[in-house]
Amino acid sequence: MTDRLTRLLETRDWLLLDGATGTNLFAMGLEAGDAPEFWNFDFPDRIRALHQGFVDSGSDVILTNSFGGTSYRLKLHNGQDRVHEINRRAAELAREVADASDREIIVAGSMGPTGELMEPVGPLSHADAVAAFEEQGRALIEGGADVLWGETISSEEEMAAIAEAAANIGATLCGTLSFDSAGRTMMGVTSSAYAEMQGIFATKPLAFGANCGTGASDLLRTILGLTEAAPGAIVIAKANAGIPKYVDGAIEYDGTPETMAEYARLARDSGARLIGGCCGTRNPHLVAMRAALEEHTPRERPSLDTIRQALGDFSSADDGTGDAPTPTRERRSRRKRT
Amino acid sequence: MSDEEDDIVLSELSDEELVQQMHDDLYDGLKDEILEGVNILLGRGWEPYRVLTEALVEGMRIVGIDFRDGILFVPEVLLAANAMKGGMGILKPLLAETGAPKQGKMVIGTVKGDIHDIGKNLVSMMMEGAGFEVVDLGINNPAENYLEALDKEDADILGMSALLTTTMPYMKVVIDELKAKGIRDNYVVLVGGAPLNEEFGKAIGADAYCRDAAVAVETAKEYMAQRLHNQ
Repeated sequence: MTDRLTRLLETRDWLLLDGATGTNLFAMGLEAGDAPEFWNFDFPDRIRALHQGFVDSGSDVILTNSFGGTSYRLKLHNGQDRVHEINRRAAELAREVADASDREIIVAGSMGPTGELMEPVGPLSHADAVAAFEEQGRALIEGGADVLWGETISSEEEMAAIAEAAANIGATLCGTLSFDSAGRTMMGVTSSAYAEMQGIFATKPLAFGANCGTGASDLLRTILGLTEAAPGAIVIAKANAGIPKYVDGAIEYDGTPETMAEYARLARDSGARLIGGCCGTRNPHLVAMRAALEEHTPRERPSLDTIRQALGDFSSADDGTGDAPTPTRERRSRRKRT
Repeated sequence: MSDEEDDIVLSELSDEELVQQMHDDLYDGLKDEILEGVNILLGRGWEPYRVLTEALVEGMRIVGIDFRDGILFVPEVLLAANAMKGGMGILKPLLAETGAPKQGKMVIGTVKGDIHDIGKNLVSMMMEGAGFEVVDLGINNPAENYLEALDKEDADILGMSALLTTTMPYMKVVIDELKAKGIRDNYVVLVGGAPLNEEFGKAIGADAYCRDAAVAVETAKEYMAQRLHNQ
């Protein structure tokens, strides 16, 4: 049987994803340094309220409160033995809200990075990473998630581990990277390289794209790179609501509902079909994005200038794709690593 | 460039060629070759400090420039830093014996509430690669950890890292604490982390915001030069 997300995409051109989990939970009283995942048990009503707010604001897809739910992240809060119950509960809470809605709502099981560096540059082996994500993913599916959703990943190795976990479970996967370093991920992956590597994963993701990163302009440039490299693919855009600013002792994102609405239109024009917000995205942003997408008449594919004028300048001159020459350093010799 | 594999025998190279080759080998993260190069130079009578500065620090400076300019990314820098650390392992005891000049000492840590450490580790490694002494406090540090370590280690530089927008403001708590004790100006305070920017660094009273590890090294060097000049 095909999953619900695949079926819903057969009837809809675009779907609205949800907003920020962290930003909104902090507004509900989460303290810096606390594990949000513990709230699935400690304050389940607040997690339901988070999901309900997104659904009421027009989201078609909601992500479970399980971003840091691998044993590697929970270990930092001494919760490594609670992986199964925490992730299962995360999916159950989202499922409850989804099933109570009169619209079809998709529950996506959020899986964030382990925070460990993977081989060959770090100590975490592929097999150990697969095992960690599989443990998390099984619990999410058991709790009622429709699909698994890897997000804010920066290395090819870690997304490959998530994909293998999804394959072992037999779950549909969506996967987004965070392109936050001059248009690439921290580990150097470009948008076009990410589009091209979809075929090598153990399960081919149903949809792939970008989340978080550096502002909405940069993220849209990434979307253009993805849709150019993989025309026809189902592409995900989940940008932060602007840039964080320091105001009176707290951090606020400077993106208004109006700018996020224009971001949503531009994401659609760029070829994204799954569109939402990441850090800083609150319910009013989602309401504006939903309205914008519903009223939107598709325009031509935006140029970088169009994006710059609408949402502000990019953080770097280029993003490592296209015809821009790849800078290299002249060397005396080239030796291969042994 | 040709793909021809030259069989380079390090011990047959002149000093100058060997140092050049070590820069390339650091760039490529070839740890065994760096260990061999360090030993050859020491065997030829080089002062440990000269090996450190001309071979390792200069090589890591090049890595830093290309990291800053988006030519190298985190994986390559980690491999280079690992090779550099191998070389440092040989040099460290010798440097202590010979009383070599010091670049400066940094206390670094991720702030309270924040458990991310990849970026902070990268700064640590690049700072060591530039010849600084680094005391790494790890993750989730309350203000008193920083203050204690700065005092105990007689440090010159305080480095704070945060990856969360919710933990960034804590950097100001630490700086305010330094001010309250009247010791803020004893230290150069550098801050960094993905969600930060220059405006934020200024707003909380840091000396500088450092976009990445390479910039952190350059900034630390500039401030240390100023401090020496002012003394």
